[in-house]
Amino acid sequence: MLLSEVGYARPATLEQALGVLADYPGARALAGGQTLVNVMKARAAAPDVLVDLAAISDLKGIELGSDGTLELGAMVTYTELIASAEARARPILGEVCAQIADVQVRNRGTIGGNVCVSDPTNHLPPLFVALGADFTVVGPGGERTVPAQDFFLGVYMTAAGPGELLTKITVPPGRSDGFASVPIGVDGTCIVNAAASVNGGVRVALGCVGATPVVVEPASPDAEAVHGAVRDSGIDPPSDVHASSEYRRRLAEVVAARAVEQAGKGS
Amino acid sequence: MDVVTSQTVSVEVNGTTYEREVEARRLLIHFLRDDLDLTGSHVGCDTGNCGACSVILDGTLVKSCMLLAVQADGSSIETVEGLSQEDELTTLQQAFSDHHALQCGYCTPGMLMSATALLREQPTPSDDQIAKAIQGNICRCTGYWNIFKAVKAASGQEVGE
Repeated sequence: MLLSEVGYARPATLEQALGVLADYPGARALAGGQTLVNVMKARAAAPDVLVDLAAISDLKGIELGSDGTLELGAMVTYTELIASAEARARPILGEVCAQIADVQVRNRGTIGGNVCVSDPTNHLPPLFVALGADFTVVGPGGERTVPAQDFFLGVYMTAAGPGELLTKITVPPGRSDGFASVPIGVDGTCIVNAAASVNGGVRVALGCVGATPVVVEPASPDAEAVHGAVRDSGIDPPSDVHASSEYRRRLAEVVAARAVEQAGKGS
Repeated sequence: MDVVTSQTVSVEVNGTTYEREVEARRLLIHFLRDDLDLTGSHVGCDTGNCGACSVILDGTLVKSCMLLAVQADGSSIETVEGLSQEDELTTLQQAFSDHHALQCGYCTPGMLMSATALLREQPTPSDDQIAKAIQGNICRCTGYWNIFKAVKAASGQEVGE
């Protein structure tokens, strides 16, 4: 038996889920569980109650608006996003999800879980920041919309506070996007990653170089301009067993330029 | 809304329905192995990395160490025990034997479930699709090449030396 004793509820509606979160301050939302179950085994997290979101139909589904806006339910799995005909309106979404871990993890892991864990090495935080997505959060105080850039507050911390739930991610129309990374093995954890969107201006979000994605806006999509903008951004990445701070800083320039180059090709 | 620390879990595993009282903290792999005595699925790493515990849950390949048994309530599960009928190996299992795709055999139950899931979706997978399909399964004996060949052969494709 690896986990501490824990309570479990599988609500069928958002209201019920918010009710359990309000009643149990030590409760945590359980999405796909591909991170949370493991950190519970390690006792790095010990929630009193798990609120399983799997039965809440409001959190599922992918909708494509007539203007090309995509609405992604927080409980959409990577595999569902990869297979979605609607999501091909923004091809980078499926492309990046196909680089996450392995088949089994992609089958269970959700986009909402990926962003709510706010792990600085995850793929989706920089991607949604670069795309200018909006996150819808509901809680006891009602519903609000948080721009992706403001959603990530720190390592494992987001704007979805205690008693609140991320319900959907809204991605505006656009096609010229890119993503590049240097992972630990194919589809492994990223050492550095970068997402780029060139729809109008050039917008790059760097991952793994700080607690939250770092936005850089080069004046042009030229590689030289991107390198320069990342160099001037003042990032001070962490050092660890996989890369020194200085090496990460240099990699950030390279992956940012690659992401912008891909974006320039129209994805 | 009730919060429980244990509940009755009802699952269908390889066509048989089981009902057990299970603690919420119990992982699906331990439920399968210790409660249902279906010890074909293995615990390799317990951290979600090795894939030895892979099973097919409602048609979807999952690692059963990253799922609580209570999350699987009401679902239909396929494990390695359910692959062959009446002591006859499946084409895939026979291909594993023919191509020496196992040595110690510890990863094999997970490899077989991953390959089974692949071949249902892609009856004639490309080399890249085979490699991607077993990406979540670690084998420390074979170097993967023989497993790759076995999966390719099971799909009816020519396998080089």
